[in-house]
Amino acid sequence: MLDIKRIPLPALVGIILTVLFLIAAIFAPWIAPHGNGEIVGDVWQPMSAQFWLGTDNLGRDLLSRMIYGARITIFIAVLATALSFTLGASLGFCAAVLGGWFDTLMSRFVDLLMAIPTLIFALVVLSVLPSTLVTLILVMGILDSTRVYRLSRAIAVDIEVMDFVEAAKLRGEGMRWIIFREILPNALSPLISELGLRFIYAILFLSALSFLGLGVQPPDADWGGMVKENKDGIVFGIGAALIPAAAIAMLAISVNLVADWVLNRTTSLKGGRG
Amino acid sequence: MSSPILKLVAQRIALGIVLLLAVSVLIFAGTQVLPGDVAQSILGQSATPEALANLRAELGLNDPAYIRYFHWLGGVLTGDLGTALSSGQDIATSIGGRLWNTLFLAFCAAVISVPLAILLGLLAVRYRNGWVDKLISGLALASTSFPEFFIGYLLVYFFAVKWQIFPGISTVYDGMPFLARLQAIALPAAALTLVVLAQMMRMTRAAILNVMQSAYVETAELKGLSAFSIIRKHALPNAVAPIINVVMLNLAYLIVGVVVVEVIFVYPGMGQYLVDHVAKRDVPVVQAVGLIFAAVYITLNIVADIASIVANPRLRHPK
Repeated sequence: MLDIKRIPLPALVGIILTVLFLIAAIFAPWIAPHGNGEIVGDVWQPMSAQFWLGTDNLGRDLLSRMIYGARITIFIAVLATALSFTLGASLGFCAAVLGGWFDTLMSRFVDLLMAIPTLIFALVVLSVLPSTLVTLILVMGILDSTRVYRLSRAIAVDIEVMDFVEAAKLRGEGMRWIIFREILPNALSPLISELGLRFIYAILFLSALSFLGLGVQPPDADWGGMVKENKDGIVFGIGAALIPAAAIAMLAISVNLVADWVLNRTTSLKGGRG
Repeated sequence: MSSPILKLVAQRIALGIVLLLAVSVLIFAGTQVLPGDVAQSILGQSATPEALANLRAELGLNDPAYIRYFHWLGGVLTGDLGTALSSGQDIATSIGGRLWNTLFLAFCAAVISVPLAILLGLLAVRYRNGWVDKLISGLALASTSFPEFFIGYLLVYFFAVKWQIFPGISTVYDGMPFLARLQAIALPAAALTLVVLAQMMRMTRAAILNVMQSAYVETAELKGLSAFSIIRKHALPNAVAPIINVVMLNLAYLIVGVVVVEVIFVYPGMGQYLVDHVAKRDVPVVQAVGLIFAAVYITLNIVADIASIVANPRLRHPK
């Protein structure tokens, strides 16, 4: 079973950092030294004992903004990933089990959606939709579910022809049983390692949208939005915008390290290489 | 050139055209998803009924959606992209120079990154499991995790502010001397290169390694050929098709990465234009630019397919 001493160092670092980010996100109001929108000092003060990371473009405490930003960033990314997995996996499994016109129709539609770069299509759709959190999560989740659909359909097609599924069908089990009791448990480990990658993608995608000013709207800000707020300082040599950008990179790397480790573990459990 | 290749290529091109048409429907439909209508969302809740009715008539919103689609498509095919709602300017004329700017930037990034990625990928295979190889997998992890603006602003912070080698804002204008233009786009091109380089290197490495494990390479090894001549004579010709595929996929990725990079460096290209008009909810511009981006992306993907069909030795010399 899982032994902490046997977790390789990179994975351990990844787990610890990810957990720290999660703690910051969940307990933001209790950890942050100042309020989210509270103006506490001058514009772009350097790092000091009072303001650990300095202040931002309006004189708000950057550390507190970062902690609240973690909350918004991770909250939206988690919901979007959850939506993309539920939608993509259930449609993918259904397509594999049902086959026929449903499979053809869904697969061609997903091909079509994936023929347009995700960011471009998101921008097209966001140009007419109201800028709210719900729209943002729906757009991110639905566009990303195409990738989950392809993966889960491919996995389920493989499993569907196996003997135990055949046996269940002959027993007269319904589609619900076949999907949830036969296919899902066997498809879980590749899907879980994909989960990490989709989560990173959601974080990066959200940050890009907010950086372009089309994601989370002020006065709230996720990390991408904070980069946008503070980017004008860069030409004066003020690095405030680099801090949220570095946080995004750090979170993405930590989740990547964990996902890599999970992937290696599941392939070795199955008797794969390593 | 034999007939099976021609047939495959013709199939791919026909498929591409069908795909482009379908994508144009999707982009058009994507701007009609709002339950209310575009006129309301442009003017906001406080608009008077007269203003709404005027704008609806101006946009042709009183016609059913499929008529508006064919009207739009007919315009696009004849080079008429309509006029921007926010400024009243002709979209095709405002796009012209910007499209050229964007293609120039992407082209410069490609000229640097493609040869570099292939060379480094080859080196990684030659010194497999050595430090070059480890460095490459580290870089690949970083580049899949770093947002584009992190790389971009790091470059600005050091090269434009601390050391003042290159400008941090890429201003270009018509009739600018070529060298000055190159200097202006040095940083955005570097940022784009860094974004795609690691991924391209890693995929090149995987493509060549895949070939290196085949039986004919083992034969060549047993024959006593040196490592480099095995790569040059046996591995590379068979790895060309996957490598071309990798390159094209990453160029297609460049086209998307360009949107964020242009905003970072305030570069007057298509990406900047698109983002500005999404914020202004200027639907005709967004549709036109979105369609152009999608068309370039699809074209690159088809070129990748065709190139790998043509480069495949098995298809070129059928039995």
